[in-house]
Amino acid sequence: MLHETAIVLTAFVYLGVLFAIAYYADERADAGRSVIASPYIYSLSLAVYATAWTFYGSVGRAASDGVGFLPIYIGPTLMIALWWVVLRKILRISKQNRITSLADFIASRYGKSALLGGLVTVIAVIGILPYISLQLKAVSNSFTILVQYPEIVMPAKVGALSIRQDTALWVALILAAFTIAFGTRHLDAAEHHQGMVAAIAFESLVKLLAFLAVGVFVTFGIYDGFGDLFGRAAAQPKLRAMLTPLEGVAGGYANWVWLTILSMMAIMFLPRQFQVAVIENVDEKHINKAIWLFPLYMLAINVFVLPIAFGGLLRFPDGSVDADTFVLTLPMAEKREFLALLVFIGGLSAATGMVIVETIALSTMVCNDLVMPVLLRLRRLRLNERRDLTGLLLGIRRGAIVLILLLGYLYFKLAGEAYALVSIGLISFAAVAQFAPAILGGIFWKGGTRAGALSGLSAGFAVWLYTLLLPALARSGWLPIGLLDQGPFGIELLKPLQLFGLSGLDQISHAMIWSMIANIGAYVIGSLSASPSADEHRQASLFVDVFKQTGEAGGARFWRGTASAPDLYSLLARFLGTATADSAFREYSGAKGLDWPDARLIADAELVHYVEVQLAGAIGAASARVMVASVVKEEALTIDEVRDILDEASQVVVYSHKLEQKSRELEAATAELREANKRLTELDRLKDDFVSTVTHELRTPLTSIRAFTEILLDDPEVDTEQRKKFLGIITKEAERLTRLINQVLDLAKIESGKADWVESRVDMKEVISDTLAAMDQLFREKNIKIEARLPEKVSTVTVDLDRMIQVMLNLLSNAVKFCDSANGWIEVALSERDGGIRVDVRDNGRGISLEDHEAVFSKFHQVGDTLTDKPHGSGLGLHISRQIVEHFGGRMWVESTLGSGARFSFTLPTGAGA
Amino acid sequence: MSKKILIADDEPNIVAALEFLLQRSGYEVHVARNGDEALKLVEATHPDLVLLDVMMPQKSGYEVCMRIRERADWRHIKIIMLSAKGRDAEVSKGLSMGADIYVTKPFSTRELMDRIRDLLGQSTAGPA
Repeated sequence: MLHETAIVLTAFVYLGVLFAIAYYADERADAGRSVIASPYIYSLSLAVYATAWTFYGSVGRAASDGVGFLPIYIGPTLMIALWWVVLRKILRISKQNRITSLADFIASRYGKSALLGGLVTVIAVIGILPYISLQLKAVSNSFTILVQYPEIVMPAKVGALSIRQDTALWVALILAAFTIAFGTRHLDAAEHHQGMVAAIAFESLVKLLAFLAVGVFVTFGIYDGFGDLFGRAAAQPKLRAMLTPLEGVAGGYANWVWLTILSMMAIMFLPRQFQVAVIENVDEKHINKAIWLFPLYMLAINVFVLPIAFGGLLRFPDGSVDADTFVLTLPMAEKREFLALLVFIGGLSAATGMVIVETIALSTMVCNDLVMPVLLRLRRLRLNERRDLTGLLLGIRRGAIVLILLLGYLYFKLAGEAYALVSIGLISFAAVAQFAPAILGGIFWKGGTRAGALSGLSAGFAVWLYTLLLPALARSGWLPIGLLDQGPFGIELLKPLQLFGLSGLDQISHAMIWSMIANIGAYVIGSLSASPSADEHRQASLFVDVFKQTGEAGGARFWRGTASAPDLYSLLARFLGTATADSAFREYSGAKGLDWPDARLIADAELVHYVEVQLAGAIGAASARVMVASVVKEEALTIDEVRDILDEASQVVVYSHKLEQKSRELEAATAELREANKRLTELDRLKDDFVSTVTHELRTPLTSIRAFTEILLDDPEVDTEQRKKFLGIITKEAERLTRLINQVLDLAKIESGKADWVESRVDMKEVISDTLAAMDQLFREKNIKIEARLPEKVSTVTVDLDRMIQVMLNLLSNAVKFCDSANGWIEVALSERDGGIRVDVRDNGRGISLEDHEAVFSKFHQVGDTLTDKPHGSGLGLHISRQIVEHFGGRMWVESTLGSGARFSFTLPTGAGA
Repeated sequence: MSKKILIADDEPNIVAALEFLLQRSGYEVHVARNGDEALKLVEATHPDLVLLDVMMPQKSGYEVCMRIRERADWRHIKIIMLSAKGRDAEVSKGLSMGADIYVTKPFSTRELMDRIRDLLGQSTAGPA
């Protein structure tokens, strides 16, 4: 089954499936119904991180270093935790500024510098070449091995190949064609490649499935599960050593630390990772799911690495089979043809995923950030005249793809044999790690400048070249090996693998330490030594403060100049085609309530910014800037003006905060005032009621007095009986009037606080006895039985004696009024308890209903309005009594049920008075 | 035939004074102590004039006045409102309820008697 033709055919069928998926996804995207707008697809696309290196190389590394293969996956998992801050910020910035690539991001941040963009592109391309060659190596090796089935022969022993049989070259060319078909069918303003994303999501699934299949086969097929496998491994001392993390690893702690850090950088700054994580992202919220889905994928694809490694070491103990190939050779050794083919496809899938995305990302950078800026500057006039540049742009990209792949192949040929897969990959990781200071510094530190970024990148890259690339070439024989052993020109201190005498570290850690020192050092010093330009200042603000801004209008504030809408339109059309330019302008005018074309569309800062952003999507920020500048007569903002604008903006923010605060305070004050007004109105009404009631109460007795007086005056013939009666009434009413007036005045004095209280130590027993004695006559007249329950002695209270008498009189006269008319009975009780004395006055009258318990104490309340017999009180007595008692710190209340009399009680504290 | 006057007031002393005054002048006097009783007595005795106190239990003078005026066969009854409340608002309210005259307490007995005589269409010389 595993003939060469069959394998090749299977591979092409698989690639065809990929292409079909991509095509379908692109069609759906054009129709506006995207298939990739799902957080699951997003997370799967991130798994492009796992390439043929993961597929083959992890096992290879595990076979020599045991658990030491892990750091490369621990790093990304750790980085996920920081994604919420870092990735989200980068994402937001990129969306707002229409960033189209890694180089574009850096260039844009440091004042839209074309030079910086070019440098980043160069570093990226050179840095990734080893990585690409790794994929080519993996695919061609796996093919070569598989073709030898059922023999297991390592590729190195196969011998030199003619051009026609050079698998790697064929792979490179086929992949180039494939990538061109995938990624350069048309230009997209935002550099979205939905088809590509769908395809690599599918690939992530395929490679995961293939790897899991092998893992399950080895663990449960060849052996009897994890226990069995690890048990046998532990039985061999060499293998047992690998199970302990740090002892089995060359370089120990330092190695682990640096590898973890490296992979943390890699997951963010590898061009393909930046492409799928940032550029291709369609919804910021997808990050939420990716934060746990991606680590899950990492876990799944790593679970069987150790088992397969051990399985391979146990199966091929003599070292004749490269550990890198265990994934493939184990099924082959067990004669599982289908599984072996599946593994091959899995590896192919992993490799193609990486190559496609990486090359597309790199070609975009080469086109936008390296070639276009140069072309625009060199032949400015010619390009300005050209009507349609889309063809040129696509052509540059396609050429870049082919070139990159060929260079990758070249590297493979020159240096690929000297190292195991993992080491090659790590060299690339170290290269992209050089972007970290510039990017991380750029999004968190406004002080980072172009000069700093340039110096940092250059320094870091130089060190990388010297400590990693050079040795690789030397080891492959392209440079004298003496360079490594004795240093250049014999200078020991400059030995590439032991710079300045730092020894004892593995190559990667060593390179990382020196390159980071150089990079960060140059970045910081460079940034601090020169002051930034106006452009840099503006971009720094836009980037670092991205979360504080609202909307994309941020960039439009920093522009001043004159332009014309038609000019801007033709500029856009030239690069993106008339169709895209039309829809862009229509969208913009629509938002302003106009139609396009419309002469009224003003070419203001906002439109210019909008056009520039659209353009940047196709040719990068730096070039877009140049093109727009050529169309528009722009006045450069000086650094001071930019600073002024920024200051003003921050002042406005502070001011609006203050305003907000003020208005809130105002609201609170208004609410308070409204409350106070309500209360005052209420009091006013009460006062009116009081006055009107008092008036009424005063006038009523006066009416009788006047009427009878006039009667007696007018008519001398009134008989004695009647005269006596009338005079009696007059007197009584006069008394009533006087009483009322007194009480009202009394109340007024008490309530206004102007009453004179004469305090002395008073014995309540005496007061009660005296009052009872004074009313004795009345009791007898009304035939009322009096019961007095007074103790031997009570403590004195500090009160006003006259007032207390007033209170007792009031309570007792009420009792008299209301007790049973035939068998009146009143009880007065005095007791002492809890630091006070208590007085109760009970009667056996009608009683008071529950609703009236409080009402009796209110002003002018007279119980029993339904009586035809109007009571003689004023209605103020109880109210005043309570006021008096409360003035001295006591309480007054009533307990009663209708039909069973009432008991009025009050307490007074002994000792301290009011 | 002597005119019939109904006194509606809950203050006994005032009632006593009014009663004396009216009876001395030869009117037939009936007394009601609250609003409900007043209406009942209007029904029963068909007075020619009602002396109506405003502040009464059960139904206030205003309400009684309104009720009296509602009935066509009682339209001819004269109503004098008596009240301790003398504000303009109260006066207009009383008059708008249909009272013929509004008198504030305390009142002048002579004036009151004159008013009654006027309303009943009698000369100042005395009852018919």
